Amino acid sequence: MATETGIGASVKRKEDARFITGAGRYTDDVGQHGQTYAVFARSPYARARLNGLDTSAALATDGVVAVFTGADLQASEVGDLPCGWMVKSKDGSDMVQPPHPPLAVSSVNYVGEPYAVVIGETLDAAKNGAEALDPDFEELEAVVDLATAAGADQIHESVPNNQCYDWELGDKAATDAAFAQAHHVASIDIVNNRLIPNAIEPRAALGEYDEASGTYTLHTTSQNPHLERLVLAAFVNIAPEARLRVISPDVGGGFGSKIFVYAEETAVIWAAGQLRRPVKWRAERSESFLADAHGRDHVTHAELAVAQDGRFLGLRVQNKANMGAYLSTFASSVPTYLYGTLMAGQYKTPAIYVEVQSLFTNTAPVDAYRGAGRPEATYIVERLVETAAREMGIDPAELRRRNFIQPADFPYETPVALTYDTGDYEASLNRALDHADYAGFQARREASEQAGKKRGIGFSCYIEACGLAPSQVAISLGAGVGLFEVGEVRVDVTGSVTVVTGSHSHGQSHETTFAQIISDKLGVPFENVTVLHGDTGRSDYALGTYGSRSLAVGGSAIIKATDKIIAKGKKIAAHMLEANEDQVEFEDGSFNVADSNQSLTFGEVAFSAYVPANYPLEDLEPGLSEKAFYDPPNFTYPAGAHICEVEVDPDTGVVTIEKFVAVDDFGHVINPMIVEGQVHGGLAQGIGQALLEHGVYDDTGQLLSGSYMDYTMPRADDLPSFTVDTTVTPCTHNPLGVKGCGEAGAIGSTAAVMNAVTDALGVKDVPMPATSETVWRALRNGGNG
Amino acid sequence: MEQSGEYRIAGSRERVWEALNDPAVLERCIDGCRSMTPVGDDRFEAVVAARVGPVKATFTAAIKLRDVDPPERYRLEVQVKGGVAGFAKGTAAVELAEVAADETLLTYQIAGGIGGKLAQIGSRLVDSAARKMTASFFERFAVDFAA
Repeated sequence: MATETGIGASVKRKEDARFITGAGRYTDDVGQHGQTYAVFARSPYARARLNGLDTSAALATDGVVAVFTGADLQASEVGDLPCGWMVKSKDGSDMVQPPHPPLAVSSVNYVGEPYAVVIGETLDAAKNGAEALDPDFEELEAVVDLATAAGADQIHESVPNNQCYDWELGDKAATDAAFAQAHHVASIDIVNNRLIPNAIEPRAALGEYDEASGTYTLHTTSQNPHLERLVLAAFVNIAPEARLRVISPDVGGGFGSKIFVYAEETAVIWAAGQLRRPVKWRAERSESFLADAHGRDHVTHAELAVAQDGRFLGLRVQNKANMGAYLSTFASSVPTYLYGTLMAGQYKTPAIYVEVQSLFTNTAPVDAYRGAGRPEATYIVERLVETAAREMGIDPAELRRRNFIQPADFPYETPVALTYDTGDYEASLNRALDHADYAGFQARREASEQAGKKRGIGFSCYIEACGLAPSQVAISLGAGVGLFEVGEVRVDVTGSVTVVTGSHSHGQSHETTFAQIISDKLGVPFENVTVLHGDTGRSDYALGTYGSRSLAVGGSAIIKATDKIIAKGKKIAAHMLEANEDQVEFEDGSFNVADSNQSLTFGEVAFSAYVPANYPLEDLEPGLSEKAFYDPPNFTYPAGAHICEVEVDPDTGVVTIEKFVAVDDFGHVINPMIVEGQVHGGLAQGIGQALLEHGVYDDTGQLLSGSYMDYTMPRADDLPSFTVDTTVTPCTHNPLGVKGCGEAGAIGSTAAVMNAVTDALGVKDVPMPATSETVWRALRNGGNG
Repeated sequence: MEQSGEYRIAGSRERVWEALNDPAVLERCIDGCRSMTPVGDDRFEAVVAARVGPVKATFTAAIKLRDVDPPERYRLEVQVKGGVAGFAKGTAAVELAEVAADETLLTYQIAGGIGGKLAQIGSRLVDSAARKMTASFFERFAVDFAA
């Protein structure tokens, strides 16, 4: 039903009214009678032995209720924080996981690692108590530099060479043979800069224990409350899942950083049980910088073998990935199964070999951040392709065209373990070239030169794999959880609809998008659909939101449940209309008997299901409420073409983005306005990585970019007005034909910006972020910042 | 962090040396110093309230005297703890040279590092904060000395 609120309509967001009026309900807005406040004591050292911890003065501080240390948690048999993906090394051995206690016991391994929690009647009391703690640290030499971490001091007793794993993917012999045939080899050495997530809402938790029922309730800023519950129940040993409820109310941004199960909420829910009182914690921004999982941080050498006619023959990648001090919840999967598998990009490169060595350093743990592995992979592939084009004197758009997987090639099996289902890469590129007025670039460049400026253009034709799937394949590759989603459609007595989804919305607007789907499929008014999410007490076990999966996986589960509603509705309608079930059709919100004028509205059928006066009770249960689990048969493969045009002022090094075009293929689009918003946000983050953002530790492991004085977030005046457009090849294997749009902006844009900057400067590489200082220096020494 | 400098002080080298080793003088001259307590012959413990940019805290400093060669030179090894504000550590090499009977040239070289919140928020501010603190010390020292 094509309506103003159905699929394809840019409906205004249901969420906006409460967010704009300040009526949103975030974790920190939730309060309980008698609640206490937690403050975490954090290591000021990057690496130190904790030889002792005197808590007496802290305990004697006015208003301090309790002080808990790592030893207390250990004595209470609180388990370590686990990593959910087992990656194996080349030799078949399991990755090496150091113990990760929620509160440090005898050693600390990054600045900001919590070693105690002080609980106070007030926040100030807890802070005063934390100030009064007297730890006895013995500082040790910190391991900070990723490139040399393998040969440095051993951080963890159980981790030789600080190596987590040494992983490979692809056919080494075939790739080496391809390089032996190469007419040209383009190579690059790339540092993918460390990013700090900076969600607008800091992490927070409120733990409660109900003595009467023995039940724990944790409100927290999680992208996937069921995963939080699973870990707290099965690994941390708080309580069985049935006596542990995790609620993630409104959450202000996650970008991956709120997927993970952290020390703080773990300690908070445990402490609530110990004290029999609610315990509240909210991160200060300084804590977010130190202790939210960071993103990216790779050092990579990569080469592309090219034939004389420009065909790609082979790709070789040697990557070092920084894990930080401990393995965060999904850290191991990011530089492997979400990275190496993407190295074919949009191209028919026949031989690819990827090696990834993951190493520990005395820095904050690194895990998935918007795009998670795929931006890093895209950055390698697209910087290499652009380098090859320049070195061979082939137009970069043309070189890409010569190598694109063609529409007729799908399904296309890459040499790195994925099977792309559909796409039309040239269509996106051509559309982007039009929007960018590529033909007019040379004239614009000359005009810039006449004005004493340097102008450059850069491309990035990215692919991503979203909606990580199927469960069986992922589990066989080391995933510790399934990858399905659950959706429940509850039709109410009077015909309104409540949808419960396992996907979590923290900016993605599920309440609107999913209501549009239901309104469209069931013909009920958009206003009559309410979407609930983020509560293990409301939904069945679910996997939550990450990897642009909500619509492709969560939406598909809702469609499956909706199909069951329609099937049952047909049975009810057939009975009421005294027709055969196969004569009943459902269209535009009514059940009609074929070749007749007999029909019932959806509301009439729903009412009958709950007030079953005229109802086939002997054959059919009353009620109209259905649930479905959906496990996708494959990833989805959003892809697109981003083109960036920059102007550089050689006197100051300032880079100005003159134009940014993103043409993305997300399959079918439910709400174009929301999709555009997602793309805008992703572009801002990708451009932020290229030009502004950088998580920097000094050589003793102190975080130097630990506040907004030193960590530069993109602002509106750093960005141009984006040109955003879409092409559509529907996903072939999910009911909505959708692919996912959450990460694309961050995946594609970074390489486009840096290809443009290096084009403007006429250098091979400039390190990210290309700040004015870096660019100014690069102009004076021919690259290398 | 590294800093060095020199000051001319009106007074004999011996008198300057004595003053530099007098906890009461140091307590008066160090900005924000709450106490300066000698511990044995070659150690002091100090409590100093200081501010580096937005980080304001009461720091406890353990000061060890090394390579003491009166009245010419010594080296201070300093460990500063600021609780949740972080830590600082460093050495200061101080030398006194006789310029005239009643004029002494003091030269110093400081090397140190900071950690925790001090580094996270104050890295770019700590140099100027240290410089300011040093300048303030010698200013007060000169006045105190003349009195």
